[in-house]
Amino acid sequence: MISGAEIMVKCLEAEGVKVVFGYPGATICPFYDKLYDSSIKHVLVRQEQNAAHAASGYSRCSGLPGVCVATSGPGATNLITGIATAYADSVPMIAITGQVKSDLLGRDVFQEADITGACEPFVKHSYLVSKTEDLPRVFKEAFHIASTGRKGPVLIDIPMDIQQNEIESFEYPEKVNIIGYKPNTRGHAVQVKRAVEAIKNSRRPLIVSGGGVLSSGVKLKFQAFADKTKIPVISTMMGIGVMPSDHEMYLGMLGTHGKPVANRALHDADLVIVCGARLGDRAVAAPDQMSENTTVIHIDIDPAEIGKNVKTAIPIVGDMKNVLNMMIDEIGDYVVPNQWQETVKGWKKSFFRTPPKFDGFVEPRALVAQLSSMLRSKAILVADVGQNQIWCANNFMIREGRFLTTGGMGTMGYSVPAAVGAKLARPTRDVVVVCGDGSFQMSMNELATIVGNNLAIKIIIMRNHRLGMVRELQDFNYNKRHAATILSGDPDFLKLAEAYGIDHAEANSNEEAEEIIRGMVKSDKPFILVCNVYPDTPSI
Amino acid sequence: MQYTLSILVENQAGVLSKISGLFSRRGFNIDSLAVGVTNNPDVSRITIVANGDEYVVEQLEKQLNKVIPVIKVKRLSEGDFISRELILIKVHCAASKRAEIIKTAEIMQAKIVDVAPSCVTVEYCENSSRVETLIDLLKPYGIREIVRTGTIAIDRGNTALSV
Repeated sequence: MISGAEIMVKCLEAEGVKVVFGYPGATICPFYDKLYDSSIKHVLVRQEQNAAHAASGYSRCSGLPGVCVATSGPGATNLITGIATAYADSVPMIAITGQVKSDLLGRDVFQEADITGACEPFVKHSYLVSKTEDLPRVFKEAFHIASTGRKGPVLIDIPMDIQQNEIESFEYPEKVNIIGYKPNTRGHAVQVKRAVEAIKNSRRPLIVSGGGVLSSGVKLKFQAFADKTKIPVISTMMGIGVMPSDHEMYLGMLGTHGKPVANRALHDADLVIVCGARLGDRAVAAPDQMSENTTVIHIDIDPAEIGKNVKTAIPIVGDMKNVLNMMIDEIGDYVVPNQWQETVKGWKKSFFRTPPKFDGFVEPRALVAQLSSMLRSKAILVADVGQNQIWCANNFMIREGRFLTTGGMGTMGYSVPAAVGAKLARPTRDVVVVCGDGSFQMSMNELATIVGNNLAIKIIIMRNHRLGMVRELQDFNYNKRHAATILSGDPDFLKLAEAYGIDHAEANSNEEAEEIIRGMVKSDKPFILVCNVYPDTPSI
Repeated sequence: MQYTLSILVENQAGVLSKISGLFSRRGFNIDSLAVGVTNNPDVSRITIVANGDEYVVEQLEKQLNKVIPVIKVKRLSEGDFISRELILIKVHCAASKRAEIIKTAEIMQAKIVDVAPSCVTVEYCENSSRVETLIDLLKPYGIREIVRTGTIAIDRGNTALSV
């Protein structure tokens, strides 16, 4: 005989899961008791939301679905923001929640919450398991759904008695058969032909790289395509890292907080190839204007994204990997017209400017621009949300590594827990967090997780005593009335680091900061660097 | 623009809320909704009638297709399908008016299914516009109660929607 809880562990093992992030509670105890005997590592976070963010960071760096676990009721509801973040960012994730016993469901008992109902808008799919026998099929389907098609979170809610009940034997299914779920990954050959024709007939083509290029695992091929065709590339926030920042045809991030040169290129292009991006409002504020003068080719694995935000002339539904292969075959020796190449290169030079420095403060944009050269080339930079995110998105010189941030949902407090996941997925890489003093305080409880698991995560806090991005918004739109954006009561972050036994330092100039960073990356221990930033430093 | 969607779904708990939630979440109203099992007991068919422009309908079709238990979504094309809804109307009816009301029902091919001293109940199964006509005809007598199902619809001719 085998219990549901044992089956759950065996399912995770069968899926090759090495790490789960979670927080226990009464209704998930049967599972935890069996997990205790397993070789799967459990990382105890300090709040459930961070388990989901850690799973997201883990997933984005390992390419495998991240797994997070919580108990029923408040444990489960705490997960929601993390699940919604993964959904908006198309990150594959399995969220496992305990639930009250089946016969108590719907009676509003202690720690009962309708979590499948609550998560409905934020999950790719969810299960409320009603029979122990169903567990293997449910897990198999959940991992399949999370990691295929447009990736996303799947929630499995398991009542305590389903975990406790025993059945005869365990067998993990080899295949899934979900009649209504057959994502189209192939890419339509005729559409690809039309797209290539249109590219060849255009004078100023431009590629927009999105997060879909990274989830498809086709980064290098994509770079090769850009190298060969010399089509200039701009990126959405989720697509940062597809191209090395110093690539001659790469212009940076587009959008309201993007690089002027990228927006200029988008404005002047006569054809845009959107690759695995949804082009939300922060990327293209006025999509109607864009499609008026521009031929849009949109490649996405999710047919619902095509035509949702931007009118598309040539839609191609499929996995970026397959579509790109077809395009490479089809496009032959095509190279972009010389004039367009030169125009773009000229812009790159003329748009470049160095941010002004303020004495006695760290200039965050200049520091982030230098950061990459002090790290190994596959470093993972995790940015939070707010000004720190924009400083990083626009200035970090990414080479072979990753840039993690939540571009879709924009959840403050993402960076520290996501870095926990990233470091566990890629223990040999440099993992550096850049956050603000606001966002850091949203998840600084996870310092305990970092210390408890000996994770050499380096945290750079850009301290301006402001919720900088909202304050900037208030400057522009609310007559400089700084309602609730001036932080007071902040702790001394250095003493906080001290309390956790984390090495730390403070910097008041870029030279000072750079020297500290050079030292901190050499150690295999966590580090907190507090950079004092001039409060009025703008985002762009 | 009014449109009719036929949706085949896996016959399991929670599917209806996933689908109705998808409409409300995006701020789209549903005019009518009907669900029932098909010839395959594992598959249910949902018929939704709603309003929206071409962009809205296209988005809805795509979003519905993303719901995992949804097997197929089809927009029925205007004029090429048969639609029916069932309505029961309880009409105020003094004995003196009974013959008149029965005559009206007969003309419309509706059925009288219950008679009480001051009421009759009329049953009618037709498309929405005929149903509206009957309601208009009975209104002057005083309608006490109306209950109607959502519209169900099926393609004309040889085409059949199946898994």
